[in-house]
Amino acid sequence: MTVEKFDIVILGGGPGGYVAAIRAAQLGLKTAVVERENLGGICLNWGCIPTKALLRSAEVFHNMKHAADYGLVAKDLGFDLDKVVSRSRGIAAQLSGGIAHLMKKNKITVIEGEGRLVKPGLLSVARDGKKVAEVAAKDIILATGARARELPHLKADGKLVWTYRHALVPNVMPKKLLVIGSGAIGIEFASFYNELGADVTVIEMMDRVLPVEDAEISAFALKSFTAQGLHIQTSASVTKLDRKKDTVVCTVEDKAGKTQIHEVDRVIVAIGITGNVENIGLEENSIKTDRGHIVVDEWGHTGVQGIHAIGDLTGPPWLAHKASHEGVILVEKISRDRGDKSITDLHPLDKGNIPGCTYCRPQVASVGLTEKAAKDKGHKVRVGRFPFIGNGKAIALGEAEGLVKTIFDAATGELLGAHMVGAEVTELIQGYVIARTLETTEAELMHTIFPHPTLSEIMHESVLDAYGKVIHF
Amino acid sequence: MTIEIRMPALSPTMEKGTLAKWLVAEGDIVESGTILAEIETDKATMEYESIDDGVVGKILVPEGTEDVAVGTLIAVLLEDGEEAAALENISSEATSEKTETSVAVATPEAPAVKAPVAAPDPVPPTGNRVFSSPLARRIAANKGIDIADIPGSGPHGRVIKRDVEGFVPVAKAVSAGPAAAEGDAPYTEVKLGNMRKTIAKRLTESKQTVPHFYLGVDIELDNLLAARKELNNLSDAYKISVNDFIIRASALALIKVPEANVQFGGDVMRHYGRADISVAVAIPGGLITPVIRGAELKGLRQISDETKMLAKKARDGKLMPEEYSGGTFSISNLGMMGIKQFQAVINPPQAAILAVGSGEQRAVIKDGKVTAATVMSVNLACDHRAIDGAVGAEFLGAIKTFLEHPSTMLL
Repeated sequence: MTVEKFDIVILGGGPGGYVAAIRAAQLGLKTAVVERENLGGICLNWGCIPTKALLRSAEVFHNMKHAADYGLVAKDLGFDLDKVVSRSRGIAAQLSGGIAHLMKKNKITVIEGEGRLVKPGLLSVARDGKKVAEVAAKDIILATGARARELPHLKADGKLVWTYRHALVPNVMPKKLLVIGSGAIGIEFASFYNELGADVTVIEMMDRVLPVEDAEISAFALKSFTAQGLHIQTSASVTKLDRKKDTVVCTVEDKAGKTQIHEVDRVIVAIGITGNVENIGLEENSIKTDRGHIVVDEWGHTGVQGIHAIGDLTGPPWLAHKASHEGVILVEKISRDRGDKSITDLHPLDKGNIPGCTYCRPQVASVGLTEKAAKDKGHKVRVGRFPFIGNGKAIALGEAEGLVKTIFDAATGELLGAHMVGAEVTELIQGYVIARTLETTEAELMHTIFPHPTLSEIMHESVLDAYGKVIHF
Repeated sequence: MTIEIRMPALSPTMEKGTLAKWLVAEGDIVESGTILAEIETDKATMEYESIDDGVVGKILVPEGTEDVAVGTLIAVLLEDGEEAAALENISSEATSEKTETSVAVATPEAPAVKAPVAAPDPVPPTGNRVFSSPLARRIAANKGIDIADIPGSGPHGRVIKRDVEGFVPVAKAVSAGPAAAEGDAPYTEVKLGNMRKTIAKRLTESKQTVPHFYLGVDIELDNLLAARKELNNLSDAYKISVNDFIIRASALALIKVPEANVQFGGDVMRHYGRADISVAVAIPGGLITPVIRGAELKGLRQISDETKMLAKKARDGKLMPEEYSGGTFSISNLGMMGIKQFQAVINPPQAAILAVGSGEQRAVIKDGKVTAATVMSVNLACDHRAIDGAVGAEFLGAIKTFLEHPSTMLL
């Protein structure tokens, strides 16, 4: 078998891998991507994008149900689950095809199959267990991503007990659904199924929903979810799943050790993510892992010459945009290390500036430190809040439920964190992300003219509130 | 498509530069990273790298051309496979400029003594824009660090938060603990004011870039002191100081020896037609040099009044920029502090400074006899690029003559 030589080979064609590949090609490096399933990875095929398609269907359905609020008449409301799902799949397929086109346009070789590190500089590719190719490259980037974490007593079977992968392609709308875990994935599915009529219970081990968010936002969201009919139980865990013919009997234990039985049609397990570290040749090459993730330095180097890793495979936050950004930085670092003088201003990714978005209803988005984290780090803080109800556009949209909270360092005016819940906040958060990246203080944010009437004015008011200058509340 | 190679801006302020040398010739293959040429600016010579691949099709601005404006088309690259015919319609837009330049250079327009030109640049404006994030500026201000002192690591050298937080001011050592007499001596650090910074910057520049040489001479003051006493006894309305005489003598000497009333300007020599005398005045936190303009046309009393007025304004911090900028020559007088003699650092862009010591009774030998006289030692520091030793000596001699025979200042 001839060994094909490249400058960079990337194992995994997800948002980390394919973006890294395009950047490498731009820098003139001969690049190959090895992908076992679909270009675009989980994000595009089984994650970010198809869930957004489902949630959009749910949102439109929600609006139809509330047509009367807008003076509209909508009768005989209903949905066709198969069509909702096939729309979602169609969008994923369309975008995956788009990635294939991008690979071609950038002259990136795509090798289908499962890659495995043979030794530094050499990767073998197999299909159906048969070796089909060997590729050599001075630099190899591992970007195999992650998958749903499973626990022995919470194993998914695809029929009654689902992971996100099954939950994306339901063949039936469960009447009763139990979601284990209230992180972004759990809550998005809970939101979707609740909107389409399922009776949804969410079990969260921590003492609040969306545990990574600011406590105030989390409490706001909880109130809203509960008002929508979601049943949420925090500080509780599922200890047993008893699978019957068409139902699952779930044993839920609270903090005090009291148990409760839920009999449901389907269960979604969303208790976290674990890296795809198996069968890619890590052990043979002495690449260190820690709790299911590859250990890397701030640039993505594994410590083994020429072997790097990015994205979900290297640990939280498990976000596509983090993976893409890490991929670009790493490739530029590699290029610079090879003598490319065009690369300047290169720095490791600042994890404090990675926004997080959850597309439930109401949406949740944040960047930076929570109020508690800021105080724990020793900051004296100024906190601003502004509710959607004080914003004209929000009321006109019929979306008066929401809150924007901003946290500033009292001494320097640094925007330490911004936390939002409400309509379209996932589209708004980037304003604060730019502010953080540019290192603005409260002064520049106050001087910024936000257009009227928009939801973005809430962002301005929240900043003003932190300094006692709020106008509309 | 041909690739245009234009005169690069090698610094943010660069407007034009000299195309010092072509390192490629027409027909050469270049690739990204190939050094095309050396470009000289007023500050440095830098290499100009190609960012494209191609073949040098045509060089439009020959090497050695001065004052090529940034953005001028200087050469054209042919892309891979492109025919030289593509070059036919390309003419040098720089030609006209180039011709102008060469005309200007060719005309032996000697650096004529121009009519009194506007005074040289004032104290350079501090606060050249430093690219920095608002947060970095805020933190720096909180810490009392000047943002300009901090190297930036952000995009295009922008100073960002981590730069400020990681910044250790030079000379900051481990602070001495309570264990006395061990380790470094305890100290406090005081943030530099703009004046101190300007002094540091300009005098460092002076000592590092201006080739100083020094001439010393002793001046007998007895005639001058007698004249001064006589003048001061005539009225209480004024009080002429020795320094006022020195200002006037220096001004007259600059007119008498105009070769000393000059300034080095890189490729020109500036000859002044007027003696504007900068007088160093010590003020809290530094010193400043108010200027007696056209001192050769002013009498002792006017010089005295002006000097007093300017010195007072200087001490009160009320000098206007036009009162301390410019000047064609400086005087620094430490005589009243009991200093016998010293050497001064030239105040750029001036070409000379006179360092004045104290007048004191010394034994001198006249006609073979030891006799007492009041003598003052002065030293002239000259910029050798502008003033040669003989000119300096002639100029200093003129000062000496005026001071030793003050009535000649009436001529």
